[in-house]
Amino acid sequence: MDDFEKNFQGKIDAEIKIEPKDWMPEKYRQTLIRQISQHAHSEIVGMLPEGNWITRAPSLKRKAILLAKVQDEAGHGLYLYAAAETLGTTREEMIDQLHSGQAKYSSIFNYPTLTWADIGAIGWLVDGAAIMNQVMLTRTSYGPYARAMVRICKEESFHQRQGFDILLTLSQGPDAQKNMCRDAINRWWWPSLMMFGPKDSDSTHSDQSMKWKIKRMGNDELRQKFVDMIAEQVKVLGMNLPDPDLKWNEEKNHYDFGEINWQEFWNVVKGNGPCNKQRLDARKKAWEQGAWVREAALAHANKVKLQTHKGTLEAA
Amino acid sequence: MSITCRKYYYGDIPDNNAGGNISPEKNKLSGNDWPLWEVFIRSKQGLDHKHAGSLHATNAQMAIENARDVYTRRMEGVSIWVVESKHIHASNPEEAGSLYDPANDKVYRYPAFYDLPDELKHM
Repeated sequence: MDDFEKNFQGKIDAEIKIEPKDWMPEKYRQTLIRQISQHAHSEIVGMLPEGNWITRAPSLKRKAILLAKVQDEAGHGLYLYAAAETLGTTREEMIDQLHSGQAKYSSIFNYPTLTWADIGAIGWLVDGAAIMNQVMLTRTSYGPYARAMVRICKEESFHQRQGFDILLTLSQGPDAQKNMCRDAINRWWWPSLMMFGPKDSDSTHSDQSMKWKIKRMGNDELRQKFVDMIAEQVKVLGMNLPDPDLKWNEEKNHYDFGEINWQEFWNVVKGNGPCNKQRLDARKKAWEQGAWVREAALAHANKVKLQTHKGTLEAA
Repeated sequence: MSITCRKYYYGDIPDNNAGGNISPEKNKLSGNDWPLWEVFIRSKQGLDHKHAGSLHATNAQMAIENARDVYTRRMEGVSIWVVESKHIHASNPEEAGSLYDPANDKVYRYPAFYDLPDELKHM
């Protein structure tokens, strides 16, 4: 370890944030660009399953709320892209990596939203799981990432509450609505647990990311926190989680839960989930069909600049 | 079931082949991103504008409108400044030592430096 790196690790150990112009190991920079850009992609792709229900929301109130939430997700994507750009990558490069399949986004968004209750389940479970990661990341070692996370977390709790509120309403409705609620919870529970990634014990290499304090808690620890929280909240809905092994463990002071279907997890990660192709196609289409808007806006701005310049010259 | 797992840095997102490689063929991209702007927001009258983040826009007007949408969706601001990022000049963190050194040895600039009699009130 050279002096630069020693100095760098010293700052990390002393909880001093790293800022864009500070010296950092190349691997730290690369890891962050990877993580932040993929996090950004997740926010942007995450708008698709929810956008699916904007026109079909059951009331004007629900529609306005969902619109606001999806707009927030776009904002979260932008905060994150901007944070990644401070590390020397470009927006165009990141988008290109998403479209080429080189960069991934969270697999949860490769599941379909079949009924209105799914919008509730996404807010409560998917955003709930995301918050676990994001709250941890407000203390991440890279300043711009941490600041983006603080902003995101402030907005994210509205998302989780609105999701729970949707399910609560359905759970108190007639049988058809109760069933919708139950069905959505059944379908989203396991994929939500998968959001935390593979088990820590299955990791074969030392975790540099922990040492650099990019990440500050293990996947298992975050997942357990999530299970403990949701297992209690589901009681308020008068519903059950689809896991026969879910049980309070007095000794550990945590809930025990069943084994995740890792086969399914790997399948979706590898691109064989129900909606992988559809999601990527939608992103590419939006980017390609928006190309003329981006070009026209730039051309217009340049024209105005030129005219102003000419005007100044004539006046002189 | 024999599956080897690799730990991912952020949740379920694979980190081995996925994004963020600043590759030599990077220049194949057109470099057509709109200019980058830094956004400063005054959260209420009487307070300073504070850096909120950055965004892309073709001109100042669009930068302000985008800043409104991105950074003030919940009444976070009453005034927005935008400036193209390329116009920001910053001090170099590696020179921080010598840059701030002259401020370091002048303790007499702080009120606590002066040991005054206790009878003296409100000074």
